[in-house]
Amino acid sequence: MRKLIAASVLALATGVSGGASAEPVKVGLITTLSGGGAGLGIDARDGFLLALKNAGDAAAEIEVVTEDDGQKPELAVQIADKMIQSDQVDILTGIIWSNLAMAVVPGAVAQGKFYISVNAGPSALAGSQCNENYFNVAYQNDNFHEAMGQYANETYRKTFIMAPNYPAGTDSLTGFKRYYKGELAGEIYTQVGQTDYAAEIAQIRASGADSLFIFLPGGMGIAFMKQYAQSGVDIPVIGPGFSFSQDVLPAIGDAALGVKNSASWAKDLDNDASRTFVETFQAEYGRLPSIYAAQAYDTGNLIVSAAARASVKDAAAFRAALKEAGFDSVRGKFSFNTNNHPIQDIYVREVVKEGDVLTNKIIGTAFTDHKDAYAEQCPLK
Amino acid sequence: MTISRETAVGIGLVLILLAIPYAAIELGKPFYVTLATRMAILALAAVGLNLALGLGGLVSFGHAAFFGIGGYAAGILASHGFSGQPLDFGLFSLPGTTMMPAIWVVAVAAGGLLAAVIGAISLRTSGVYFIMITLAFAQMTYYFAISWPAYGGEDGLSITLRNAFPGVNTLVPINFFLICYGLLAAALVLFALTRDSRFGAALQAARQNEVRVATVGIAPYRIRLAAFVISGMVTALAGALYADLNRFVSPSMLSWHMSGELIVLIILGGVGRLAGPVAGAMLFVLFEFLLGGLTERWQFFLGLALLGVVLFARGGLVGLLVGRPRHG
Amino acid sequence: MQTALFIEQMLNGLQLGVMLFLMAAGLTLIFGVMGLINLAHGSLYMVGAFACASAAAATGSFWAGLAASLAAAAAAGAIVEILVIRRLYRRDHLDQVLATFALILIFSEGTRWLFGSFPLYLDIPPLLQGTVSLPGGSRYQLYRLAIIGVGIAVAVALFLLIAKTRLGMRIRAGESDREMIGALGVDIRTLYTLVFALGAALAGLAGALVGALQSVQVGMGEPVLILAFVVIVIGGIGSIKGALVGAVIVGVTDTMGRFLLPQLFGLLMPPSQAGLVGGALASMLIYIVMAVVLAVKPQGLFPAAKG
Repeated sequence: MRKLIAASVLALATGVSGGASAEPVKVGLITTLSGGGAGLGIDARDGFLLALKNAGDAAAEIEVVTEDDGQKPELAVQIADKMIQSDQVDILTGIIWSNLAMAVVPGAVAQGKFYISVNAGPSALAGSQCNENYFNVAYQNDNFHEAMGQYANETYRKTFIMAPNYPAGTDSLTGFKRYYKGELAGEIYTQVGQTDYAAEIAQIRASGADSLFIFLPGGMGIAFMKQYAQSGVDIPVIGPGFSFSQDVLPAIGDAALGVKNSASWAKDLDNDASRTFVETFQAEYGRLPSIYAAQAYDTGNLIVSAAARASVKDAAAFRAALKEAGFDSVRGKFSFNTNNHPIQDIYVREVVKEGDVLTNKIIGTAFTDHKDAYAEQCPLK
Repeated sequence: MTISRETAVGIGLVLILLAIPYAAIELGKPFYVTLATRMAILALAAVGLNLALGLGGLVSFGHAAFFGIGGYAAGILASHGFSGQPLDFGLFSLPGTTMMPAIWVVAVAAGGLLAAVIGAISLRTSGVYFIMITLAFAQMTYYFAISWPAYGGEDGLSITLRNAFPGVNTLVPINFFLICYGLLAAALVLFALTRDSRFGAALQAARQNEVRVATVGIAPYRIRLAAFVISGMVTALAGALYADLNRFVSPSMLSWHMSGELIVLIILGGVGRLAGPVAGAMLFVLFEFLLGGLTERWQFFLGLALLGVVLFARGGLVGLLVGRPRHG
Repeated sequence: MQTALFIEQMLNGLQLGVMLFLMAAGLTLIFGVMGLINLAHGSLYMVGAFACASAAAATGSFWAGLAASLAAAAAAGAIVEILVIRRLYRRDHLDQVLATFALILIFSEGTRWLFGSFPLYLDIPPLLQGTVSLPGGSRYQLYRLAIIGVGIAVAVALFLLIAKTRLGMRIRAGESDREMIGALGVDIRTLYTLVFALGAALAGLAGALVGALQSVQVGMGEPVLILAFVVIVIGGIGSIKGALVGAVIVGVTDTMGRFLLPQLFGLLMPPSQAGLVGGALASMLIYIVMAVVLAVKPQGLFPAAKG
């Protein structure tokens, strides 16, 4: 079924653009495959490769070189230089972390390559430093936080907010406050990589808040949620989907149950692309996909769709083909804004238990056709 | 002084490093120029550390602090130079710049100043205390860089365009390599001169027998502090170049893994040897690059290789090539 | 309410301190007896946490996991000592730093090889779930109180072990004169392996206890290791008493700094600014304390008998 759609889309595309032949496309996938953050990178890699596999013949001419950045910016830059200079890739993708993206993207696009982000969406690259060759398939970093701010307005009046003391953390709280209209019961910045949150939980307990918004990605979120559940504080938790994604839910355990979080996708989203993705991902890798896998899957499909419409050697045509976003997104509707960042719906999800497995279920929509706040600062039209 | 076997090996290694980028261009593998530049810069950083560690016996586990401050000097000056806004220090202000020589002066001064502060406190201790206190100071600068929002915090700071050098187009990889290589050569000469000077003799004597040095009226503390400051300056210079190589600087340059890697370079090459850091950096970068391309588990094998060197090949690469243990 | 919050934060600081003590005690013991600086101590902490999480997942019992963590960490410690560490006693600190740095790489990547890249799940045992009332009307987590209890018990047991038992006598003898004890016919190789395994088991215990509160993942040992170094430098390397005092100082300073500094800056500037500046200073606070202690007492607060 899925293949049939892909094939007909392909036929349509080649029929329309005529000239585009199956020109080989070389993609450099730089992601984190070792160290503490490896789980995210592995999900992104697997999602990306699955998209190419599912596309079948349409992806036959797409070659992928994968390398591990070890979550180190200088290593990522070195690998990017190598892929551009030695492997002669046309497109770079795969980076999870904003600090690595900030190190790699400006250099890559300056050398005339395409960069298509599967996850990181730092505000600078959406605003003043945007580039016609930089596309972001995931989100601008603030989006999920903004969605939670919007959601909090529905029920809460006094929210306590907390994030790590680094740029993504400050952006998070700024994004939340951009839409949240209630009063703040407190605002804490924690240490990056912090593992013990007893001190913060004590302050939350004493604050009289009616809700708690946290942005604590990876191990930080796992540690916090376990400690919070044990502390006996029963203020409801809300947060962006990163801390409650499929990769960390098993490690948090039941402590995550009932948490409301925001994301552009969940595995119960009702569309064909999403269903195919979840089924084939589980069949291929034996686990449920996270949002990182979903975004990378969309990235893979975006490249397949663009390659069918234009030759990557013709930068202007390929850019236009990317911008069309002519692929079936697992998120349903998907299009690019003027700054090459997504216009998409952002959902509110709840952590639930299906059998023994913790997962997310969509319970509402925070934003419809949401755009990021930085597009105005981007000179692209 | 006759040319010893060690000197010959050293000269040979330095020449090989020079030959790599030219060979790479001949063979149509331009990326290896970048790799050779990385080798030269890391070697320069390790030459700096070798002054303190090899000659003075000061096992600093915090040299990433100097490497990083050099990198930030380059990044901050370049970003101000690019935007045209001067750096405001309250009482006075400095214009930003994108000229490498000016950046180097600031990087070296900043590295020296930081080394003077850290050294003044750390050198009151010795042995394991010294290792750990230098580590802790480096951690302090690391956390400061992460949580200080003005220059990107953990996201780091991008350098839009590689900084300029009068009369040279630094954007051409081989030109930038030659600049780095020239500075490395100068640092090696500085190291050799220091080693053979009265100051160097006193420093090495203080490492071997502190009491004896003190009895002839030399204060080991001041000698060591001077060596530590020079060491910090050289490593900071390397940091500034490293930022320009990556067109990017971030707190990871200050992390304790970086300090560990610098020590690893020296041991791989051979402690206290003139060409030790060069050999170590060449070996390390090559190892990281080749193994990283082969397997995700490259760190596992890197660990095994390091362990092998420490346990069974104590003189490092230069030691193996020269064929006798360094005495003293 | 402020007093209750203050008491709660002091307990939090104490709990962090006690956990650091478990790490620092092993480090300082190994240094005191064998003169070895062990960077891979954080890896043994990680081994303990992973062993506990996987044994608890297999058996369904946290207590089985705890036993597994002690056994696995002690065994890993003994194996590493016999294969690698043993060759390092006569080397200088530089070689020790490098070899144990290499061990970190091997342990981290090896663990990821065995257990995969995703964090493991470990929960607090049912017996210790929930909270207890504190004077002043606040509530405190039972499990954290239990950690404080375990830490105090370990501290007492260590003092008794070293002061009263034959093994302790040998450890003390080893600390004061390494050659002498060999000459007296004590099997020094076995003694060293035992001490190393004991230190490893303490680190593994800390890893398992904390694993239930935090995330069991590769690299979890490194931040703790650096804190434990700060502890033993402040306390005086080689001194168990110093490790205890240093651990409590670091635990309380860190926790109270994170709690009080943003409030202090809040008097001077708007809350989000205060949070940023206070948070930044709090993250550096223990290092500043350490620098001050060493500036006054270069050998730490309780210098061991021998430099």
